[in-house]
Amino acid sequence: MADRVFMKGSEAIAEAAVRAGCRFFAGYPITPQNEVPEYFARRMPQVGGVFLQGESEVASANMTYGAAAAGVRAMTSSSSCGISLKSEAISWMAGARLPVVIANFQRGGPGIGTIQPSQQDYFQATKASGNGGFEMLVLSPSTLQEAVDMTAEAFELADRYSNPVLLLLDGFTGTMMEPVSLPEPLSEERIAAIRASKTWAATGKRGGAQHKVMCGPGLDTRLSQQAMNREAAAMYAKWREEECDCEEFMLEDAEVVVTAYGISGRIAKSAVKLLRAEGIRAGLIRPRRVHPFPAKVYDSLDFSRIRGIVCAEMSIPAQFATDVEAVVHGRTAFAYALSSGGDILDRSEIMEAARGLMRD
Amino acid sequence: MMEKVYSRPSGIFEGAVTGFCPGCLHSSVSKIVCEALDELNMVDNACYIQGVGCGGLVVTYFDIDTVSAPHGRACAVASSFKRCSPETLVFTYQGDGDLAAIGLAETMSAANRGENFTVIFVNNGIYGMTGGQLAPTTLLGTKTTTTPYGRDIREHGAPLHMCEILNQLEAPAYIARVTCADVPNVRKAKEAVKKAFRCQIEGKGFSFVEFVSNCPTNWGMSPAESLDYIHNTVLKEFPLGEFRAK
Repeated sequence: MADRVFMKGSEAIAEAAVRAGCRFFAGYPITPQNEVPEYFARRMPQVGGVFLQGESEVASANMTYGAAAAGVRAMTSSSSCGISLKSEAISWMAGARLPVVIANFQRGGPGIGTIQPSQQDYFQATKASGNGGFEMLVLSPSTLQEAVDMTAEAFELADRYSNPVLLLLDGFTGTMMEPVSLPEPLSEERIAAIRASKTWAATGKRGGAQHKVMCGPGLDTRLSQQAMNREAAAMYAKWREEECDCEEFMLEDAEVVVTAYGISGRIAKSAVKLLRAEGIRAGLIRPRRVHPFPAKVYDSLDFSRIRGIVCAEMSIPAQFATDVEAVVHGRTAFAYALSSGGDILDRSEIMEAARGLMRD
Repeated sequence: MMEKVYSRPSGIFEGAVTGFCPGCLHSSVSKIVCEALDELNMVDNACYIQGVGCGGLVVTYFDIDTVSAPHGRACAVASSFKRCSPETLVFTYQGDGDLAAIGLAETMSAANRGENFTVIFVNNGIYGMTGGQLAPTTLLGTKTTTTPYGRDIREHGAPLHMCEILNQLEAPAYIARVTCADVPNVRKAKEAVKKAFRCQIEGKGFSFVEFVSNCPTNWGMSPAESLDYIHNTVLKEFPLGEFRAK
């Protein structure tokens, strides 16, 4: 039976990870996600897992890499500038095809940014989370229930594709409290079976063949980096066909489409409902995963009916909007509702932008 | 019938061809590590964490489980790996740039936490793979490609002595500096590696074996000259010995 509890976002995500069989977490103190490592520090000893506070973001990400190489479901989390430091290990995880879940509670600008809620890392998350042209599935929840569900989903996806998966979050999601239904924890037998199924993991040869968990050819001249890159590219291409996930709300007769992801998607949804109450036929496109980008949803809009699209995000300059613009390619008008640096997205700005498109 | 008195260590692939430069002591160090694993019957139960640099080349000879680590991060990767696989014998194999420059924080922190794995540290006082740049362990006065006028203490600092630094920490269980520059020392070096591995098997914590090594190519010496240089000069800066054995 699922547990219905009132929890803070950071802790709900950590508990969801534990219940999904995560048995290793390494992190480093950084606001606004300190409750994540703090929760794991309390919880891991209770379930026979390992918590490590790294000496740096760099070290904690590499520790997570090491745990995944041993076959354990592993996670790390950070915020923006901390994710930049972790990008070395994230790139290695992608290069070594290691399943790891990474959470980014985004900050509000370049460098140290601000610690308040923001969505300023969209490009980093979806285009280049490190060197080498790798890609990750990027999940972005708009409620704590979705955050809990997506955490479990992230571990499943990481294992399915043997690749790092990113949870793209913000200070809102980390610090607000909501009632959530927590899933039944995986049994110890199931967790052991998942680990045992990773026959590539390094365990010691134990009478069998050598296991090599290597990032790329690793100085082995018999292996081809190009062949490995082609294999990864084929997987990324498959994601575009099979792994898009997007909420479509009241689009059937929509004349104005509001689009947003993550916490902004939730604000945007309430704006759509209020616009409908005003008599404006608004609809919502809310990607639950921002990578792969749900291009087909935008591409298949009825542009003969639509007066325009409002892109709403907590980023200045707009980042998510550029992916929408690239798909729509001038087929309708655009308006923007943006906030940044920790200023919360204003629902009334989304509504005013929609009204403006209807007037134009 | 002839008696077989010596054979290739089982942890090295049959037919493995060394890619090290002629006279490079990495060949001896990697062989000793595998002999020690054989003698402790741990080849089948070991995992090697690969550092970046010439030391990483041993990956092509080791027939043991292997995890590659980013430059400098082997001790972070080994820390978590060992905690998740406490029954596996885990060791890193790292050069001086990897361990004592870009990875200094990871090395010190893993040692300070008393992580129960073994570090094989090969100190040849130079970045070999990248072509002979200043390393944290380069001797004063030495000309490298990035100290073309010689290492100057006022500009580049003095060589880092990792054994002595680690010996200031509470947690490490075993710290030794050895060399493969002559046969008697090769024997001592293997004993040190075995002691370090035994420390780990017995759960005593962090063990560290530094090999004073050579780089004939980037030192601009013949192999024989490089061994003489170790004896006459390098060992004065980096004295051999067992610093700690819990």
